[in-house]
Amino acid sequence: MTTMVSTKPTVWENFSTWANRHRKWLFASPAMIFVGLLIAVPLGWTLYLSITDSEGSVRAESNVVGLNNYVEVLSDFDRFWPAVMRTFVFTGGALAIEMVLGMCIALLLWRPFRGEKWVRVAILLPLVATPVAVGMMWRLIFDPNIGFANQVLSWVGIPAQPWLSGQYTALPTLMFVDIWQWTPMVVLMLLAGLTSLSDEPDEAARIDGANAWQRFWFVTLPLLRATVIVTIVLRGIDALKTFDILYATKGKGGGSFHEVETLNIYAFGLSFDYNDYGIASTVLILFFLLIIAIMWVLTYRRKANRS
Amino acid sequence: MFYWVAFSFETDVKMHLLGSVAQVPVLQIGDTVKRHSVFRVAAIVAATVIAVGTLTACGAGASDGDGASKTLRVTLANHVWTDTIKSKLPEFEAATGLTVELSQYGEDQLSDQYNVKLNAGTDEIDVMMYRPLQEGKLFAKNGYLADLSDDVDSNADWDWSDFQPGPVGSTTHDGNVVGVPIITEQEVLYYRKDLLAKAGLEVPTTMVELEAAAKAIKEQNPGVAGFVARTGKSAAVTQFSSFLYSFGGDFIDENGDSAIASPEAKEAYAFYGKLIREYGPDNVSTDMSWPEAMAIFTQGQAGLYTEADSLYKNATDPETSKVSDTVGFAPMPAGPGGSVAYNVPSWALGVNAESANSAEAWKFIEWATSQELTLAVQQDGVPGARQSVWEDPAGTSTYPADLAAAISTSSKNGVGHDRPLVIKVPEAREIVGDPIVVAITGGDSDAAANAASDAFQGILDDE
Repeated sequence: MTTMVSTKPTVWENFSTWANRHRKWLFASPAMIFVGLLIAVPLGWTLYLSITDSEGSVRAESNVVGLNNYVEVLSDFDRFWPAVMRTFVFTGGALAIEMVLGMCIALLLWRPFRGEKWVRVAILLPLVATPVAVGMMWRLIFDPNIGFANQVLSWVGIPAQPWLSGQYTALPTLMFVDIWQWTPMVVLMLLAGLTSLSDEPDEAARIDGANAWQRFWFVTLPLLRATVIVTIVLRGIDALKTFDILYATKGKGGGSFHEVETLNIYAFGLSFDYNDYGIASTVLILFFLLIIAIMWVLTYRRKANRS
Repeated sequence: MFYWVAFSFETDVKMHLLGSVAQVPVLQIGDTVKRHSVFRVAAIVAATVIAVGTLTACGAGASDGDGASKTLRVTLANHVWTDTIKSKLPEFEAATGLTVELSQYGEDQLSDQYNVKLNAGTDEIDVMMYRPLQEGKLFAKNGYLADLSDDVDSNADWDWSDFQPGPVGSTTHDGNVVGVPIITEQEVLYYRKDLLAKAGLEVPTTMVELEAAAKAIKEQNPGVAGFVARTGKSAAVTQFSSFLYSFGGDFIDENGDSAIASPEAKEAYAFYGKLIREYGPDNVSTDMSWPEAMAIFTQGQAGLYTEADSLYKNATDPETSKVSDTVGFAPMPAGPGGSVAYNVPSWALGVNAESANSAEAWKFIEWATSQELTLAVQQDGVPGARQSVWEDPAGTSTYPADLAAAISTSSKNGVGHDRPLVIKVPEAREIVGDPIVVAITGGDSDAAANAASDAFQGILDDE
C-alpha cells in the first residue's frame, strides 16, 4: 500500500485530484448546466423565431427576415404601443397603491395588539387564493347585470356601473383586483423589514419632540429603504408579467376593444390564437429587454445613491 | 447531511461492492481518503442513475416502436356529445380490447393543447376532436391530420355517403378526407312564449317584426331585455353571420374579395348592433360569448335570443333554465335576403398524422360515428351529420316540435359556413367582428366596416 504513494500518478489519479479540488463545481454542475440550458435554449429559440416569418406551425418552413418583425412591431400603433402603455399603467398604478396601502397596514400591524394573529391570517387570505379562481370570483362580483358590486351600489342609490365590461373601466377594475390580491404580500415584506428595525432611533426622535409623521418620514422610512426597494422590484416584475387575472376575466385579446391587453396577453394571443410565432417572439423579446432595462435602472440608481 | 449520507454509503460500498477495485487510492493519508471516496461513490451513484435511466428510456422506446399499442389516446371537447360517448365507452373497450385514455378540455383549452402538442409533432394524441371551420384549413395545411380517404370507404355498412354533403365538404381538403363530422349546427331564434303573448305578438318571421317584438318586450317588462345575443368581438361573428346572410351579404364575395363593406353587410352590422344597444340588457358587456348570453336568457332576463340550436338543452332543461316551460324556437327571421341561417359542422373527429395507432384510431371513429350512436347522441340533443338519422322519426323524437321544424327549414337553404373560411380564422374573426362591437356601443359601424374590410382584404391577399 505505501508503495502506491511514491508511484507516478496515473491519469485517473490526476483526474480525481483535479475533481477533488473542484468538487463544489463538479457536484453542482449537472444542475447548473440543466438550469442554464433551460433558460438559454428557449431564449435562443425565441430570439431565432423573432427574426423569421414563422407562422401556422413552428415545424413548417419559414424564412429568415432579419429585423423586419422588429420594424413591424415597433411601428404598430394599433396593438403594440397601446399594449405597452396598458402594461405600464397597470403596473405603475397597482404598484403605487399597493405600496402606500401596504405601508399603512404594515405600520398598523407593527406594534403588538390583541387578536394580532387573527388579523394577520385574515389579511393573507387573498394571497393564498389561486389567481384564476380569484379572476372568476371577481368576474361574478363585477357582472354588470347580476353581480354583487352593482347590487351594493343600488342600495346606496348609485347607478349600475359596467365594471369589467366597460371599455374604460375594465383596466382600473382589474387594477383593483390586483391590489386586493397582492397588497398582503407587500404588507408581509414591509412588516419583516419593520420588525428588524431597532427602536432606538425612533425613541431618540420622540425625545427630540418629533411628531408621528416626522418620525415615520425622517426616521422609519429611510431605515426601511432597502426593504422598500426590494419590495418594489419584486412586486413590479410580478405586476409587469400579470397574466392570469387578465386572461381569466377578459379572455384572449383582452376584451373586444383590447381594453386590458397588456404585452403578455398580446404575445399570448399572437402565438396561441393567430399562430404568428415570428411576431409573437419579437414582442416577447422586446418585453424581455424592457424588463431588463427597468431592472437595470432600478439597481443602477440604487448603487449610484449608495456611493 | 449530504456528506454524512455519502460517507456512510462509502463504508458500505467499499466493503461489499468495490473491495478489491477501490483499494489503491482509498488508503492514502488522512483527509484525502474521505474526499476521494466520497467523490468516487457519488460518481458511481450518478453513473448508475444515468445507466438505469437510459435503460428505462430504451425500454420505453422499444415498446413505442412496434406500432400499435393497446391504449388509444382520445382528446375531446366538453360537449353533450362527449358525455354520451363517454357513457358508452365501456362497450367499445369490451368489443375491441383496447383501453381508451380520454382527455377532455374546454374549447379554448383544447385549441391551446393542439397548438402546443401538434406543433411539437406529438404522437401522444391518436383521435382528436376538432372544429373544421375554425382550425380545419390550418391543420390540413400544417399536415396535422391523417388522410382518411381509404378508411371512410372501407366499410359499406358504416356508409360514408349517409353523411350530409355540406359537412363532408368542410372535412375534405384538396380531395382528401381528413375528418368525420359529428356535430352540426344551425342558428335559430329562441323566444319566450309568455312575453310574446303578453305583448300580443306573433312569433317574429321577419327582421322588422323581430325589432318590433324586442322593442315591445323591453318597454313592457322592466329589467328584461327585448333581445340578447353574443357581443364579444370574436364570439359574436358566428351568430351574426345568419343576420349577414339574411340581409343578402356574406364575408367573402364570389371573386374571393372582402364583402364586409357592402351596403348589405353595413346594414346587417347596424341592425345587429341596434338590437342589442337599444333593446338589449342594460350595461351590456362586449365580452359575451354563448355562456354569458345564454345565462341572461335562461335567467329570464331576455325575451328573444339568436343562438346555435345545438345549445338548446341549456334553455329547455329545468335544472339550468328558469324559462324551460315557456321557451319556443323558430327559424331565423327573414331579412331583405330571406331567412338564411348557417348550417355547419361544428365539430369533427380526425386522426393525428403522427399517431402510431392510426388503425385503432379509425376503429374508434367508426364506432363513435355509427348510425346507432349518432341516433343515441342526437336523441340526447346533439344534431348529427347523418341524413338517415334525420329522416328517421326517432332521430327528432326527443326534440321540441318547433325546434325540429326550425332546423329542417335552416338545413334546406342553410349556408355552409358561419365565419370567414380562411387559414387565419382567429385573426379574421376579430377583424370582421370589430364593426359588430362598434355598432353595439353606438359608434360609426359603417366606418368600422370600411376599415375592417381593408384589413380583411389584407388577410385574403396573403393567402
